[in-house]
Amino acid sequence: MTNHFIDYKNSDVVMVIGANPAENHPQAMKWILRGKAERGTKLIVVDPRFTKTAAHADIYAPIRPGTDIAFLLGIINYALEHNLYFHDYVVNYTNASFLVDPNFKFEDGLFSGATTKDGQFVYDPTTWQYQKDKDGKIKRDPTLQDPNCVFQVLKRFVSRYDIKTVCRVTGTPEDVYRQVCELYCSTGRPDKAGNIVYAMGITQHTYGSQNVRAVAILQLLLGNIGIAGGGINAQRGESNVQGSTDMAMLYHLLPGYLSCPDATRHPTLKDYLEKETPKTSFWSNTPKFLISQLKAWFGAKATPENEFCYQWLPKLDGKEHSHMAIFQSMAEGKIKGFFAWGQNPAVGGPAAEPTRKAMEKLDWLVVVDLFETETAAFWRRPGADPRKIKTEVFFLPAAFSYEKEGTVSNSGRWIQYRWKAVDPPGDAKSDLWIVDRLFKAVREEYRKGGRFPEPILNMVWDYDAPGSEEPDINKVALEINGYEVDTGKPLPGFAKLTNTGSTACGCWIYAGYWYPDPDLGVVAAKRRDRTDKTGLGLYPKWSFAWPANRRIVYNRCSCDPSGRPWDPARALVYWDGSKWVTFDVPDFGAKDLATGAEIPPEKSAQNPFIMVPEGVGRLFGAQYGPRAAALKDGPLPEHYEPIESPVRNLMSKQQNNPLAKIYQGEGAARGKPEKYPYILTTHRLVEHYQSGAVTRNSPWLTELMPEMFVGISPRLAAKLGIKPGDRVVVLTARGKVYGRASVLPTLQPLKVDGKEVEVVALPWHWGYQGMAPGDSANVVTALFGDPNTFIPEYKALLCDVRKA
Amino acid sequence: MRKISRREFIKYAGLGVAALSLLGSVGRGGPVFSQGTVGALPKLRRAKETRSICAYCGCGCGLIVYSEDNRVVYVEGDPDHPINEGSMCPKGIALSDANTIVNWQHRRQLNPRRITKVLYRAPGSTCWEEKDWDWALKEIAKRIKATRDATFEEKDEKGVTVNRTQAIAHLGSASLDNEENYLIHKFLRSLGVINIDHHARL
Ligand code: SF4
Repeated sequence: MTNHFIDYKNSDVVMVIGANPAENHPQAMKWILRGKAERGTKLIVVDPRFTKTAAHADIYAPIRPGTDIAFLLGIINYALEHNLYFHDYVVNYTNASFLVDPNFKFEDGLFSGATTKDGQFVYDPTTWQYQKDKDGKIKRDPTLQDPNCVFQVLKRFVSRYDIKTVCRVTGTPEDVYRQVCELYCSTGRPDKAGNIVYAMGITQHTYGSQNVRAVAILQLLLGNIGIAGGGINAQRGESNVQGSTDMAMLYHLLPGYLSCPDATRHPTLKDYLEKETPKTSFWSNTPKFLISQLKAWFGAKATPENEFCYQWLPKLDGKEHSHMAIFQSMAEGKIKGFFAWGQNPAVGGPAAEPTRKAMEKLDWLVVVDLFETETAAFWRRPGADPRKIKTEVFFLPAAFSYEKEGTVSNSGRWIQYRWKAVDPPGDAKSDLWIVDRLFKAVREEYRKGGRFPEPILNMVWDYDAPGSEEPDINKVALEINGYEVDTGKPLPGFAKLTNTGSTACGCWIYAGYWYPDPDLGVVAAKRRDRTDKTGLGLYPKWSFAWPANRRIVYNRCSCDPSGRPWDPARALVYWDGSKWVTFDVPDFGAKDLATGAEIPPEKSAQNPFIMVPEGVGRLFGAQYGPRAAALKDGPLPEHYEPIESPVRNLMSKQQNNPLAKIYQGEGAARGKPEKYPYILTTHRLVEHYQSGAVTRNSPWLTELMPEMFVGISPRLAAKLGIKPGDRVVVLTARGKVYGRASVLPTLQPLKVDGKEVEVVALPWHWGYQGMAPGDSANVVTALFGDPNTFIPEYKALLCDVRKA
Repeated sequence: MRKISRREFIKYAGLGVAALSLLGSVGRGGPVFSQGTVGALPKLRRAKETRSICAYCGCGCGLIVYSEDNRVVYVEGDPDHPINEGSMCPKGIALSDANTIVNWQHRRQLNPRRITKVLYRAPGSTCWEEKDWDWALKEIAKRIKATRDATFEEKDEKGVTVNRTQAIAHLGSASLDNEENYLIHKFLRSLGVINIDHHARL
């Protein structure tokens, strides 16, 4: 999230698209309702289902699953056509005035540069670049009139998305859609704040990244980024999914969003730093971040002479190793050992049955969890013969959140401390204890020899606490926070990091979280001070928000180039004529680090988006050097149909995203609308959490929500002769699941290009274990993914439904 | 009438009939830890209060965990927490179930579904066996070493140093703490693991 939950109360208009906070983030919903009650916030809800969130909406806009790009580009087109965009913001803080290569084209659903490599469709992004003058500076036209400037390119591109066309694609009634356009575009003024809230409804598509881009373009055009009450707010599903992402539990990253070294691009440290360090933007500090991380990991062994032990890190092979790719390799027998550590892929991953079968190919599986999950019990799942499954399974019992201590990061990037209430029961142990002991056990084995033992034998691993069984959390946290190598003193922030090896820091964005607050006498993450001077809900001394305790990122954009706040009532920072007045931590150079002198606003007005090398928001996602590559599937979002769709693409003859990732095997079987006429979508429920691994072992929650069900519209139910509570079966090209029919008017057929389309909705919390077993919705989902993130297309598939 | 503070009010209001009957089964004894704020609720007077954050969705609600004799007896929203201001959703309020539940005799006991022993299933076996940690850690370490050493690649086909194994994979976890994830990440990279993923992509 660019902003944070409490900030929702500062919005004039909230548009929830692809999220259902009343169900899945109830406390976030509270802040939307607070805004409604206190300042008359208007709420737009865009969803295929009339959700609990929609029940509070001022405008509810039904939408066909998978058509968010058309929906959002239509609003962008409306804003441009009616001059409702925030002109001064767009000219100064976005790349609207930048000139694009005149050879950039978009025709018949494809961008210029379409080609093939190794038999695969790819884009060559050469034409997706800016024009440069002879000094290498990007050419601009601040009048926004040049036909090749981003503004005009965008305008032409979205002009095809007029209201009529959009509604034919999305199935949204035209009058409702027009109201959405009018209301949301009313936030394109200096004194108005519009907030877009999304979740998996936006990301879980074969063009999910482009969905997010569409959100970003709209927010930039309306001047809604960097201001209180605005932002792009991706609500995250788990208590620490933000933190686990920050800590890079992802193949392609190291902690703090540093790229994992890749043999095809980074054979040496020098190559890495050259390829990963842009000349401008905050990422120009990459050498400090990486070298400090190597110092944290390899200590005194890491020296400038040996590339700070860079070669001890494993390197990727230029290929993808995401969830779906991992299970594909596992099915092919290439993966022998597997840790399912606090995750339950037998229920939570797409194409659940092939996932379970793939685990039969393993030599060994280690499950670390609280309860016997479906993954732990895959070898005795219904239909499997344990005697034929050779996989060895180790189950390590773990502690629950309040049976240990540590920090978690919420969606608003607040890193909050959880104190320990009780010991874990029996032999259960904290995950910190488990990984500490497991590492030591492996190290013990390598003391006797083995292949390339250096990183194992030399990894800094010194977390023992005298007199305690548990590793010392302070030592781990200090390493993450960063310290001076000579003195061991904690670093107050990442500004102090060096590229010489004099500082060690495990995760640069967390620098400062374990630094003692001088007034409160506790480390920042443990702070519980409720001071809120502005009344905006920033709570600067409650826990610590990464980066640098900043509550609203890109906050330079909350004032005009001369430093005057666009809206004084929502000021986050402003220039009073001689100095910056700051209520939030400035996201720009406000003071010279060396001299402490104030830096006048004209300077930071040049690059208010300090994380991108252009320094401004990207309406056009250009190909622009290190850490600023274009998305693989284009510099602008274009509507394509989901891989399984009941209709042909009205926008172009290109039916699907040409780069959509389709995996192999039965999990990737593709259904046709003739056989599977209804749209299938998945969703969650307030009573359950994810795969139900914990909540289906909770008597209260299983009593509240005991059984798998299938949502169908009253119309479809009548057509199929299904009554509420009947047992029904949902079939897709991948398999079938059973559940009880839930027949409620919250689902209604949509009129798509004159044709009625039904939506079937499945909650996905069930599996064959727990107090309340049930079929897993993921048995019928598919191995189709976004080409940039490899997130599966869970939200728009095709199915058939029958009475069982 | 005495003015009731907002915090006290939430404490009264937060405990409906269901919660009170539930607390009726709380065990006896144990040291007195109460900070005095729960004076109105005799059954919680003996309980230790611990500040925590909800384990479920990404809102980050603050909660107070009440425990006695090393068992959780009740969980409620932290009234001082700026995000949830004392309230919680049904999932959050049921957090105590992961540690203890109320059984059919109306007694509070450890959730019997919790796994409290290390378990092992041998190849082709039809059941779990209970094991101890020392055995399991050593055996797993041996498996890791055997798999890693059999599949380790020092260099790729172009001669670039890669120091990796592709035969080990890891998933998880958005349910763990930052410090835990950080150490697991270090652990995996020290082995040369590149197949790493978790909930963030699902
Ligand atoms: S109490 Fe509910 S809203 Fe709050 S963090 Fe937990 S699951 Fe989310």
